[in-house]
Amino acid sequence: MSSGIGTRVLGVAAVASLAVLAVMALVITPADVNQLDAVRLIYIHVPMATVMYVAFGVTALGSILYLLPRTRARKWDLLAGAAAEIGVVFTGLVLVSGSIWGRTTWGVWWTWDARLTTTAVLFVLFLGYLALRRVGGDVDARAKRNSIAALAACIDLPIVHKSVEWWRTLHQKSSLLDEQTFLHPHIHGSMYWTVMLGIGAFLLLFAWLLINRYRLAKLEDRMEDEGLERAIAERRAEALTGSP
Amino acid sequence: MDRDVVHLHAAVSLLGRFPALAGVDLDVAAGEVVLVQGPNGAGKTTMLRACAGLVPVVDGEAVVLGHDLRRDRRSVRRHVALLGHTTGLYDDLTVADNLRFVARATRSNAAPSVEDALARLGLAGRLAGVQVSRLSAGQRRRVAVAGLLLRPADLWLLDEPHAGLDADGRERLDQLVVKAAASGTTVLLASHELDRARALASRVVTMAGGQIRASAPSGVVGVA
Amino acid sequence: MLRDAVVMAGKDLRIELRSRVATNQVAPFALLVLILFAFALDPDRGVLARAAAGLFWVAVLFCALLAIQRAFAVEATDGARDNLRLSGLDPAAIFLGKASAIAAELAVLEVILGAGVVILYNRSLHGPVLLVVTCVLATAGLAAAGTLYGALAAGLRVRETLLPLLLLPVVAPVLLAATRASEAALGGSPGDGWPWVRLLGVFAVIYIAFGVVAFGPLLEESS
Repeated sequence: MSSGIGTRVLGVAAVASLAVLAVMALVITPADVNQLDAVRLIYIHVPMATVMYVAFGVTALGSILYLLPRTRARKWDLLAGAAAEIGVVFTGLVLVSGSIWGRTTWGVWWTWDARLTTTAVLFVLFLGYLALRRVGGDVDARAKRNSIAALAACIDLPIVHKSVEWWRTLHQKSSLLDEQTFLHPHIHGSMYWTVMLGIGAFLLLFAWLLINRYRLAKLEDRMEDEGLERAIAERRAEALTGSP
Repeated sequence: MDRDVVHLHAAVSLLGRFPALAGVDLDVAAGEVVLVQGPNGAGKTTMLRACAGLVPVVDGEAVVLGHDLRRDRRSVRRHVALLGHTTGLYDDLTVADNLRFVARATRSNAAPSVEDALARLGLAGRLAGVQVSRLSAGQRRRVAVAGLLLRPADLWLLDEPHAGLDADGRERLDQLVVKAAASGTTVLLASHELDRARALASRVVTMAGGQIRASAPSGVVGVA
Repeated sequence: MLRDAVVMAGKDLRIELRSRVATNQVAPFALLVLILFAFALDPDRGVLARAAAGLFWVAVLFCALLAIQRAFAVEATDGARDNLRLSGLDPAAIFLGKASAIAAELAVLEVILGAGVVILYNRSLHGPVLLVVTCVLATAGLAAAGTLYGALAAGLRVRETLLPLLLLPVVAPVLLAATRASEAALGGSPGDGWPWVRLLGVFAVIYIAFGVVAFGPLLEESS
């Protein structure tokens, strides 16, 4: 099964918009008064964070659809898994790009900033989910287990966020280390539109990755099903030839 | 009861990706004692576990005691008693505590008391207060059989029930099966103790390759 | 359902009383952790006393992992899981029973650890009401989430390594909130602690509710 026309168009659109983004981000937009060229990281950091949230949203949605008896189908679990894989990769990229920005601006790789900390917990939560997905077993059992694990992780997120936020605001009110300076610099004109373009480009990229990853998962799944029919035939033949 | 206690048609069950049951057809009427024989790996254990609602049936028809196992395999469990390869006993608890847990969980008024069940297996007295981890393998099996009595079941699923029991234990077990069958309990019995099991059974079915290959009244079948 | 839960919790606690794994192994381990913290942090400069609340809850977390592993290991022996499924006990009741038993064990361990902190770290206790409420809610949350993830990982070949990876990030807010609330109590400003207590309460309620709903499917699937 090769990718369809629609997917190819999507892929081309993603690459083209990323190319435009590169030009906009590196050449056309000005450097920031305070942050200088480091501000350009924002053009990929914010879009990647958006993809991260969308991806985990898809994972949660897929898991819910699998668990509801009316919509239960293995494809929802495959979709949830595909989205989570991409989500984890982008979470990693968000952490790395945030860290690089922190190093150039604050002089430290890591700070226990509320948003950063929540993202780190999110990263580990879904790394665990992916590790669980790799554990074998009966197909439907696996899908059910995955979906429950994904939801159990998702309902934790608001609590993690809230607790980390309180923790940081109660202890230090230093505005220098505030994420505000990063996420809300003096954005104007071309910078604003470049961020928007970045979000669009990365969402296209996400959609393209998701479709392909999902398709691959579907093929793997079908291979297992075809293997099953052969296995049943072999099993029946055992009876005629005596036990193996 | 006009319906079969067990009705399997083209039933398929998977262990991981291995089709342990590859299209089983079996009908068992109420009160029958059916011996399931066949070589190791034929699918006997999986079939009994599927009837107990433990292993899912993924294709075909499977109705046990009126419960459609493909839709719901939980509700049948209250009504069957399974004696498997494992005893399901907690090592750290005493014999009596283990059985008391079974009795409390099943909430049955009809079942005999724990002491009574132990007595029927010749385990009364001193053994009741002993931790299961100190029992011999044969004694453990006896406790597991006593646990069977505490469940008010309409279908007994016995997987190699004679294994590990001494002569006295086997004799007691056989008496229990005869008595249960006489009171209308249906029994599915997988065993390699063919002589002993045939004496109990009214019918013998032969499994191989995850299917039922033959079915005949117990007097007729020759040695497989 | 409540009756079933009591039967289940009674069974688990009886196993614990007979085997004494928590008292003979987990409790000494907890004290060992407290001593190791003292080696890692200089006891003479007051670091230990200041970090006491956090160290206490980290130690509780480690103990909780062991207690949860143990609670599901007893069901893995000799087909006990099958018996549990055949028993006719309501899965939600099994969840509540198991979680209650784990919570009871944790409560005992917390008392031992608390005594350890007072004696070894030379830390006096204040704000008893806030401390007790914090412990109760944090323990309920840990036990509920732990039972849920214990069942999730039970029966898998890699459960020993998978459980900490799955559970620890989920209970991170419990560690955070319980530590802050305890610090507030010990520091004599209980007013700062109550918002954290509310958070602990929300966590406990959410995971108890989730476990009650999700435990049936979880108990089913691993065979």
